[in-house]
Amino acid sequence: MSENNKENILSVSDLSICFKTRNGSSKAVDDVSFEVARGETLAIVGESGSGKSVTCYSLLGLIPQPPGVIESGTAQFKTGAEKRDLLSSNKATLRSLLGDKIAVIFQDPMTCLNPYLTIGEQLIEPLCQHKNKTRTQARKRAIELLKEVGIDDAETRFGSYPHEFSGGMRQRVMIAMALITEPELLIADEPTTALDVTIQAQILDLLDDLKKQRNIALIFISHDLSVVANIADRVAVMRAGQIVETGETQQIFKRPQHPYTQQLLASVPSGPKPTQAFQPGPEEQPLLKVEHLKTVFEQGKSGFFAPRPAPTIAVNDVSFELRHHEILGLVGESGSGKSTLGRSVIQLIKPTSGSVQLDGQELTQLSPKQLKPLRQRMQMIFQDPYASLNPRMTVFDALAEPLLYHRIATRKNVTAQVLALMDDVGLAQADIRKYPHEFSGGQRQRIAIGRAIATKPELIIADEPVSALDVTIQAQILDLILRLVEQHNLSMLFISHDLSVVRYIADRVLVMHKGKLIESGDTETLWANPTETYTQALFAAVPQRINEK
Amino acid sequence: MLRFILMRLLQAIPVLLVVITVTFFLVRLAPGGPFSAEKAVPAEVLKALEARYHLDQPVINQYLSYLGDLAHGDFGPSFKYPGRSVNEMIAAGLPATAELGLYAMCFALLIGASAGIIAALKPNTAQDYIPMSTAMLGICMPSFLLGPLLMLVFGVWLEWVPVSGWGDIPGDKILPALTLASGYTAYIARLSRGGMLEVMSQDYIRTARAKGLPEWKVVLKHGLRGGMIPVIAFIGPAFAGLLSGSFVVETIFQIPGLGRFYVQAAFNRDYTMIMGTTVLFATLIILFNLLADIVAVWLNPRLRDLYRSGGA
Amino acid sequence: MESSELNNNTNPQATSAPAEKGSSLWRDAWHRLQKNKMALLGLGVMVTMCIAAILTPWITVYGYEEQNLMLGASPPSAEHWLGTDTLGRDLLTRILYGSRISLAVGFIATAVALLIGVIYGTVAGYMGGRVDAAMMRFVDILYALPFMIFIILLMVIFGRNILLLFLAIGAVEWLTMARIVRGQVQSLRQQEFVEAAVSIGLGPWAIIRRHLIPNTLGPVIVYTTLTIPNVMLLESFLSFLGLGIQPPQSSWGLLISYGVETMEEYPWLLIFPGLALSITLFALNFLGDGLRDALDPRAAKD
Repeated sequence: MSENNKENILSVSDLSICFKTRNGSSKAVDDVSFEVARGETLAIVGESGSGKSVTCYSLLGLIPQPPGVIESGTAQFKTGAEKRDLLSSNKATLRSLLGDKIAVIFQDPMTCLNPYLTIGEQLIEPLCQHKNKTRTQARKRAIELLKEVGIDDAETRFGSYPHEFSGGMRQRVMIAMALITEPELLIADEPTTALDVTIQAQILDLLDDLKKQRNIALIFISHDLSVVANIADRVAVMRAGQIVETGETQQIFKRPQHPYTQQLLASVPSGPKPTQAFQPGPEEQPLLKVEHLKTVFEQGKSGFFAPRPAPTIAVNDVSFELRHHEILGLVGESGSGKSTLGRSVIQLIKPTSGSVQLDGQELTQLSPKQLKPLRQRMQMIFQDPYASLNPRMTVFDALAEPLLYHRIATRKNVTAQVLALMDDVGLAQADIRKYPHEFSGGQRQRIAIGRAIATKPELIIADEPVSALDVTIQAQILDLILRLVEQHNLSMLFISHDLSVVRYIADRVLVMHKGKLIESGDTETLWANPTETYTQALFAAVPQRINEK
Repeated sequence: MLRFILMRLLQAIPVLLVVITVTFFLVRLAPGGPFSAEKAVPAEVLKALEARYHLDQPVINQYLSYLGDLAHGDFGPSFKYPGRSVNEMIAAGLPATAELGLYAMCFALLIGASAGIIAALKPNTAQDYIPMSTAMLGICMPSFLLGPLLMLVFGVWLEWVPVSGWGDIPGDKILPALTLASGYTAYIARLSRGGMLEVMSQDYIRTARAKGLPEWKVVLKHGLRGGMIPVIAFIGPAFAGLLSGSFVVETIFQIPGLGRFYVQAAFNRDYTMIMGTTVLFATLIILFNLLADIVAVWLNPRLRDLYRSGGA
Repeated sequence: MESSELNNNTNPQATSAPAEKGSSLWRDAWHRLQKNKMALLGLGVMVTMCIAAILTPWITVYGYEEQNLMLGASPPSAEHWLGTDTLGRDLLTRILYGSRISLAVGFIATAVALLIGVIYGTVAGYMGGRVDAAMMRFVDILYALPFMIFIILLMVIFGRNILLLFLAIGAVEWLTMARIVRGQVQSLRQQEFVEAAVSIGLGPWAIIRRHLIPNTLGPVIVYTTLTIPNVMLLESFLSFLGLGIQPPQSSWGLLISYGVETMEEYPWLLIFPGLALSITLFALNFLGDGLRDALDPRAAKD
């Protein structure tokens, strides 16, 4: 991009938005200014609640008012020779631009398409609305575009419903829908966040190509710095409603000026494990030994009339060992069966066949009563800190429950033990009587971790423990986990879809694909030389940070 | 889909059998037979009567022969009105009840759904409160209270519409239908408000808005289908409820419908009539529930596919 | 029983640090409810009604059966605030006595429904699989029965027994309760915090008591509040038909049915009992709606 032919298509200045609720008003966007030019990609990056989505939605009139109030600012949108302020335009004007000159791609393609209408019907809507095309003309154009975004057999798929498409395919449909009127400005709100990493790479490439061919302006909203590194020309970093830093992508990544940008960059897990990699003793018996484990799900209800699809083999003949004091990473995309494997190991799901041995003792044949003493030795950390804590139990109740249940603490000393646990996981002691909803996501995950280590277990299964968290919080929780593993001599099976996170934390890695374990090895060895094609594809799809290239 | 319907119909058979059996034995358990009211009946006449209606045979034989008759669609003779069959009496009462139910359903759907949709478009504003509070009236004013009150105000005091009668004068069907509809109107209003609120907060509504569609198109084309699913699911049970619950309205407004016959039959211990009406109502309830389920499946492409792929 | 030990100790006694009191979801809900004027009004009306019903024998001036044939049916006056019926009995007194029966039926039959529904629904939802399928199919079958008709049949056959009335109404109303509870339990069971409880090693009973029931309480309370008016409606309806409460006992439904007979000459005999019933139903419905909004977990998040 050279400076001289830069023609700003949108310039936002001094935008402030606040939300008025019962508990007073909160400023969501605070004096934000930015501009984007034709053919340029501007990435707006920030953590949840930073105001990045609100900023863009306000331009589109998609903010519910009330409670949202646009307090000040202008957004000049230039189309042809005309110039309009989006914020002061009336609804009809805005509507005539929306879906025509300005198009949006939303985050979750699973929920953003109307499940009751065919994708064809939804695709041609903007054309019929804005360009006065007949349905036949619109259909022809839609099918062309579906082909262009990589949907095979577009003529037949035109009449399909959204649920007949996979996530990645739906996002392609969304992109086609956004581009069908040849907009001049495209706003993409976390368009790849809900997708698997290999699909994410494809969608990013597709977006980039289409944008370049059409020379349109793209605003790319994301929480993930590494995703925007390859696609953005410029990056604006937002925090707490303000843009703290804007600059060319290279400059932001290589010479971040603002401390928050620096913190954000430092929080992205990158490179190998910071602590010493684990060295197994040669004579050691593994803590956990899994052999030929298979878990099959019967699909659907066992009703008479509900037709039942074939059973799914979620975990298919998986064998591995987990040694004492080792962190074993388990990676795979959604649906690969990695969570089911974790739950089958800890006997939350009864495996169909195979064996799971904890320290030489077979678990799969035990009754719940026989399992109880063993449960003390293995615990689980779950993905969603909002769902993994009972909303009606205080921190004290949640942490005291395992202690009392396994008679680790008596009623007299339980409070002291709970307080010690809270210290351990970095929670303020004063919060002991608070309820989960009074905490942030990161703090909740600390409570959940505290609950897991309360019984002084040897084995912890961590199922995506940081993927629901913002990147700076994620870094803190990862470091907490590393510290606790060290401190309490834990062994851990760390399940994640995020390869960088796994590389950062795991000593050894297992790769799972379609229910099978396809590859394993020491983390750094595997990173350098993945042998399986799938593993190679998986690694190649990880968005690379600019300074690593 | 066909398999789904067939399976549901097959499933209905045991349910109906349970209904028939329970009703049959319940009625036989009751102290006092159908002829006990007429004290003057001499013993031999009573015997002759019982023989005529097979009441002298073992209960199990009575039960089996009743089942056999039912299989041929024969509800048997009325105990109370000699010479009339239950089939005839149902045929006499059902049209009025069905007509009343149909009108009531139309009122309930039209008024209820529009009130609910209007309320859902601007939640927690006057546009929400006014229709919904009015709808609440329907829930809090039972038909046996609302009916007489409407009659008092419009029939007696204002003399706008006739107080009773069915099909004698134009307009005499309005009050009964409104009375019967009131409770269902309120439920439908609440259901459609809830459904629309749920749907209008979905992501795909935002997508539709982002396309620059006018608001009415967003609501009608993208919102309505999903929002009306709870209402559709309710229509089946509601219609069955309207039919079997119409006897209050029929009694109040003196409409010669099935409901009124039923209440009379219950008081008179007219065994066969009670059984016949009960079986009929149970069948209707099952049928309408099935219809509602089919419509719900048909409206939802995902479910439609599920049944299509598994069925056939 | 380990779980009893757990339960006795849900409060930390001596903490070294000054602990801040957390605000539980119940307290938050109560705060939200307090902001809902209509719900509070409903609550107020219900409390007043209940107190009046309990104190009826002591606060009424006239006897329940006290006739004044000379007076006959008289419109509201200073002596008889709501007028008198055809036998010259004070209507207000009769409405108050009727409220005792109507409210009692409402509360007791709802309690019956609550008990059966919660137990049945919890068991079905927790067991899952075949047991659940069988149990819910049974509920489906009962749903398909024309219950109104069955109740009428029962009342006709076995006579107008008030105990039977409770049972019959309770037997109808528990179905929906069971469905609601079962749905709740089923979705809760898939929540990670229940999985966490399993992985701690808690037994099924402890999980049901400590993790499932507290979390189903919200919807149960809401539905209970909405069941009471349904039950009262059913009772008054049966009484109206002459199948429910029997004279000399009285209930609002019975008073309304007398009122209907004479409404053309003495409309107040219909209007006042009708008002009493409607106001109660309104109050309970507003309270129920308010509770629903207050206890809605989605609202709790913001």
